[in-house]
Amino acid sequence: MILLFRNRCNWAFFRNISIKKQGMKEAILYLQDGTSFRGRTLKETGETAGEAVFNTAMTGYQEVLTDPSYTGQIVVMTYPLIGNYGVNDEDVESDDIHVKGFVVKEFCRRHSNWRAKKSLTEYLNDNKIIALEGVDTRALTRHLRISGAMKALISTEDFDPKSLQRKIDEMPSMEGMDFVKDVSTLKKYVWKHQGPRRYKIAAIDCGIKYNILRILAGLGCEVHVFPAKAKSKEIMSIKPDGLFLSNGPGDPAVVTYVIDTVRELLGKVPIFGICLGNQILGLALGGKTYKLKFGHHGANHPVKDLEGNSIAVTSQNHGFCVDIKSLNLNDVEIIHMNLNDQSVEGIRHKKFPAFSIQYHPESAPGPHDAKYLFNKFIEMIDNHKNAKAN
Amino acid sequence: MPKRTDIKKIMIIGAGPIVIGQACEFDYSGSQACKALKEEGYEVVLINSNPATIMTDPGIADATYIEPLTTEFLEYIIRKERPNAILPTLGGQTGLNLAMKLHEQGILAKYNVEMLGAKYEVIRKSEDRSEFKAAAIKVGLEVPKSVFAYNVEEAKYAVTGIGFPCIVRASFTLGGTGGGIAHDMQEFERIAALGIESSMIHEILIEESIEGWKEYELEVMRDYNDNVVIVCSIENLDPMGVHTGDSITVAPAQTLTDAEYQNMRDASIRLIREIGVETGGSNIQFAVDPKDGRMVVIEMNPRVSRSSALASKATGFPIAKFAAKLAVGYSLDEIQNDITRETPACFEPTIDYVVVKIPRFTFEKFPEAKDILSIQMKSVGETMAIGRNFKEALQKGLRGLEIDHIGLDNKQDWRYIDDVKIRQRLQEPNASRIFYLKYALQKGMSIDQVSEISKIDVWFIDQIAQILELEDHLKSVGDSSGTLGPELLRRAKEYGFSDAQLAEILNKSEKDVRAMRKDLGIVVTFKLVDTCAAEFEAYTPYYYSTYETEDEAIINNQKSKSKKKKIMILGGGPNRIGQGIEFDYCCCHAAFALKEMGFETIMINSNPETVSTDYDTSDRLYFEPLTFEDVMNVFEVEKPDGVIVQFGGQTPLNLARRLSQAGVPIIGTTVDSIDLAENREHFSKLMDKLGLKQPANASTVTKEETLIAAGRIGYPVLVRPSYVLGGRAMRIVYDEESIKSFLDELHSVSRGHPVLIDKFLEDAQEVDVDAICDGKDVYVAGVMEHIENAGIHSGDSACVLPPHTLSEEVIEDIKNQTVRLAHALKVVGLMNIQFAVKGRQVYVLEVNPRASRTTPFVSKATGMPLAKIAAQIMAGKKLSDFELVNPEELKYICVKESVLPFSRFSGVDIILGPEMKSTGEVMGIASSFGAAFAKSQMAANQALPKQGVIFISVNDFDKRDVAFIAKKLADLQFKIMATRGTAKALRSAGIDVIIVDKHYEGENNALTLVQKGEINLIINTPSGKKSQSDMRVIRAAAILHNIPCITTLQGAWAAVNGIEASIKEEFTVESLQVLYRSKIEV
Repeated sequence: MILLFRNRCNWAFFRNISIKKQGMKEAILYLQDGTSFRGRTLKETGETAGEAVFNTAMTGYQEVLTDPSYTGQIVVMTYPLIGNYGVNDEDVESDDIHVKGFVVKEFCRRHSNWRAKKSLTEYLNDNKIIALEGVDTRALTRHLRISGAMKALISTEDFDPKSLQRKIDEMPSMEGMDFVKDVSTLKKYVWKHQGPRRYKIAAIDCGIKYNILRILAGLGCEVHVFPAKAKSKEIMSIKPDGLFLSNGPGDPAVVTYVIDTVRELLGKVPIFGICLGNQILGLALGGKTYKLKFGHHGANHPVKDLEGNSIAVTSQNHGFCVDIKSLNLNDVEIIHMNLNDQSVEGIRHKKFPAFSIQYHPESAPGPHDAKYLFNKFIEMIDNHKNAKAN
Repeated sequence: MPKRTDIKKIMIIGAGPIVIGQACEFDYSGSQACKALKEEGYEVVLINSNPATIMTDPGIADATYIEPLTTEFLEYIIRKERPNAILPTLGGQTGLNLAMKLHEQGILAKYNVEMLGAKYEVIRKSEDRSEFKAAAIKVGLEVPKSVFAYNVEEAKYAVTGIGFPCIVRASFTLGGTGGGIAHDMQEFERIAALGIESSMIHEILIEESIEGWKEYELEVMRDYNDNVVIVCSIENLDPMGVHTGDSITVAPAQTLTDAEYQNMRDASIRLIREIGVETGGSNIQFAVDPKDGRMVVIEMNPRVSRSSALASKATGFPIAKFAAKLAVGYSLDEIQNDITRETPACFEPTIDYVVVKIPRFTFEKFPEAKDILSIQMKSVGETMAIGRNFKEALQKGLRGLEIDHIGLDNKQDWRYIDDVKIRQRLQEPNASRIFYLKYALQKGMSIDQVSEISKIDVWFIDQIAQILELEDHLKSVGDSSGTLGPELLRRAKEYGFSDAQLAEILNKSEKDVRAMRKDLGIVVTFKLVDTCAAEFEAYTPYYYSTYETEDEAIINNQKSKSKKKKIMILGGGPNRIGQGIEFDYCCCHAAFALKEMGFETIMINSNPETVSTDYDTSDRLYFEPLTFEDVMNVFEVEKPDGVIVQFGGQTPLNLARRLSQAGVPIIGTTVDSIDLAENREHFSKLMDKLGLKQPANASTVTKEETLIAAGRIGYPVLVRPSYVLGGRAMRIVYDEESIKSFLDELHSVSRGHPVLIDKFLEDAQEVDVDAICDGKDVYVAGVMEHIENAGIHSGDSACVLPPHTLSEEVIEDIKNQTVRLAHALKVVGLMNIQFAVKGRQVYVLEVNPRASRTTPFVSKATGMPLAKIAAQIMAGKKLSDFELVNPEELKYICVKESVLPFSRFSGVDIILGPEMKSTGEVMGIASSFGAAFAKSQMAANQALPKQGVIFISVNDFDKRDVAFIAKKLADLQFKIMATRGTAKALRSAGIDVIIVDKHYEGENNALTLVQKGEINLIINTPSGKKSQSDMRVIRAAAILHNIPCITTLQGAWAAVNGIEASIKEEFTVESLQVLYRSKIEV
């Protein structure tokens, strides 16, 4: 990229090049209901499929791309200019890009930011992601809002609606999909605490975002990250002070192996869950989950903390939700509520030390308003310890 | 928390006249607040001295006072109205400062008035730079290195610890007056002295220069429950060193990563909590070092601002309205988002487009001032454009600016600009730098080089390079094939190229380009501004154009199935001198009036400061440039039954002919009549036919013709180019030599348009008339007598209504001529005529069959909503349907005074002339002329003295008459000082005079006395000779020290009346509502 810019200093050369960007190929984004949009891909061509969802955050594309919760999804960014600040080494939420496809209005040609290491397009190309630009993303977003998130296929090869429809019909739908097993760590690892060690936390990795680990580490937690399929005995063998249930992709209802583990550990160790972790806690407590029409993906939803009576502007990324009606309110209390659609954003067990949050207090991307919830987790562990000591 | 019930009556202070740094954005915020509070059942008391505002319409508040914005008058009103609370955060810096003074003087405590939104200590903490700095540091934020000083010596010592360049900022001023960047000690001394002088508390801050850093601004809202949201982030294209008001700005921020943006957001939240702004909107400015991301906080405004108006228009989130609701106790989650209806206001808007704001400058009005930009604001208006990418928004913005650019075009040929100039124009921020960025690239400079020299981020430069590359590509394809393929043409439109621009590139006519484009199916689409990037359904139809696949305006219009007839109103675009808030006022009224009649109203405008671009002013809002192409695009989607062009000033009028030829149904006065009034030759013929008198005149093209014509007419003559507003480039010339040099100057402005020459009527009285005609009947709504003689632009002169010296006979003659002209021009709607009266002879100077600058003034004076009536007449009503007031039966006198921006343009003389220079106006209402005039002077921030020293120096013509004035002043116990010549004349009239020198030798010279504040009023009429240049220095000093300086004899007469009234009479205040009622009873 840097080399390319040097070349651009040579104006004569620069002005004679075709305005058509290198490697750009016509592509179609075909939706399950037969609607299609046209665009152009970056270097990577071919075909990719996933559930089309839109994200309304204006910043944070690098975090979005690397968030394991987006596994199996084609992400449409509603902000039209993507790539303005390039990509850097720090703002990653995992080691890989997880989206199945990426759709924008316009990729930035020349980024600018002091931390940038390369351009977004280069990053996407290096990671062989099929990325589409030139799409009327607002029309696409409106369509997904009205008709719901749905299966989608991007192709640079096949433009025949019949054939595309056939392919898309053969794809499994998001409901019933277990993506956790694909993104969870294969082997347990430890994320080092910063400063003096305060607590030892066991985290069940269903697709954990690094920023959760960074924050916990910052609070002095040594985090032992377990594969999602780790058994409760294995987890308890490290004598954790607290258990963390991570975010992750797909349908929570089918991740029964984690639900079972949580059910076994409930009451034995303080539990804190985020996103998929919230759904899993809800399921472990006997509740049900359902699929939202088009999910919550963005960084601007107001959520009320019903205990503290404060409102946080939150980072959201979930397609499923805990059903309020399914919860046994003798055991479970709703502690956070989304003010846009009154959906459940957080639950707490009335007896046992366990609570979870549907949105992302770790943000990345998004506002930091809800970061205090990590401290609540620490407090919960403190209290649990004190209670035990007394 | 629900709303408070312990308060019943709330007072709102408006921002006063439009000045640089404080424009109609405060009318927008103030009227929103008034409406919001009334909606909640509070009684609202409003005070504003500016009659050209929607907020001062009698229906907006319960009690409306058009009175000077001084603590004296505020106390009168508080005593009379006894409000429970005052909301100080919606009237700009003026409102805020006044509220502070009311507190300091104990007036609020005395009458038990509570300050809502922000308490005294809070405002102080954010406005006082040392307190602000301490607060910022306390919450862990960095600030630039800085130190305070209270006198020049102290400042000189302090600056050594900071180094050069450094920035000097004065505490408690508006728009950055009294500040600057100093590069060395000499420059520093000058700026420091100025700053200390202009600060309300004589305090300056000397600051580490962070010139060239990236500049950002966040709009923050907080409620009593401590919920905080960021409404909008803004990134400046112009880096630190240029006042935000003068910068091209973009929303949202473009080049911050999420981590950096959230860091800035956290900083804003910490800061608003620490400062303690309890409720409402604030803006916080940050600078970021592009090298390492170091972030420092620059300043905070604990009130709604120009940026918050911009943020409201950019996102759809009505900051001022919500600020008012929060102030009375609501929390953000208790307020519904009007746009989505189902979600609360407690959220952060997300946008799926790019917004570009571009300032509008008027350096052409002040040729002596350089167009260099710094931290003192100089722009008089702004335009905003929305696009799906930056390139599109930038180009739309540039063509919406109405400075003769059709986009990022090639008005200047880069091949003829030398490298030195390019470098200089890149390096030193200036009004046309954006074009020089392109010229530099065209010259072969690299993106990095341009960025390095200009300090503008490469991101922006690359965007400009992309526009240029496409332009080059279009040109080469166009040259080789004579046309463009659909793909390329679409791309050009996506990049924001206007049809006019493409026409220039392809060597075709704009009409052909448009036709070709439509043939290829490349048509505009409209998208919604909805606060949520389409995540929720939106109910407010606020659109912008772009080139996409889906058109939401069409979808929504089909869904609505409305059977109502539609009328489209064209707004006035960016504010400028000569076309400002008055026209927006008229456009809003048209919308209200037509809605009342059951029409669906459609507004097109591009000025984010205005009430007309509020999403609930009309049924549908299109935020678009006012160009033929953009208007036609809206027209073709909406297909309105009628289009109104006569309310938005010259901007829509200039489009009228082409629109009408394209089949747009223009309602009201026909395009032919408009042309007839504007076309000199045709109009002269009409005048002859009607037997009405005009000053002798001619219209010429060549220099030779002009000289001959001027000789024939006889000097002095008034010379100007045709088709301009606000007397742009208009001058009175007394001899052949001066006309020659003026014509040379004019060349760049007139560009082939004819030059107009009129006999200049010396010592003639000027009269303005506003009237409405329904095609049959004529209503003369107001006859305004100017204070200054003809020759001073009507926009700059003070005027009085009803006339106070004109004879009944002359008034009758004027009214009669008005009626005849209205009939002859077949006016349907508003018209404005300027007359000159010399002796008993009435001359017609100018007829404008459209809304005029005085429409709101006359409306406020008489209580007749002229624009509203005119709009309804254009839509079919008759004058006989209205109950009309006879303006001569008013029981009170109204004076309009103009407000001039001289303090912003150092080096510019304050002499008035035929070229308009004022930015705004105020109004004084009282039972006598003297008192009304005195009030108007106070309102214009040039209060007349009640005692003290008056310095007089007049030209030879005025020496005889000035004696009467001086006599009167001496009788009123003033001490008179005069220059030698004037003193001689005064002494011979028996007046006791002290002789002073102008500004040379001795202690006892006028300049020193002015500087020491020992002179209280200056009367100085210029002679136009070189010897007057020392008077110029004195006038400049007067401006600096805020000493009223009167430059015409008529103005001096009025001042004498005003002074006498303020000594002998007690000022009273009355609300418009009461005044109108009493008048109707008569």
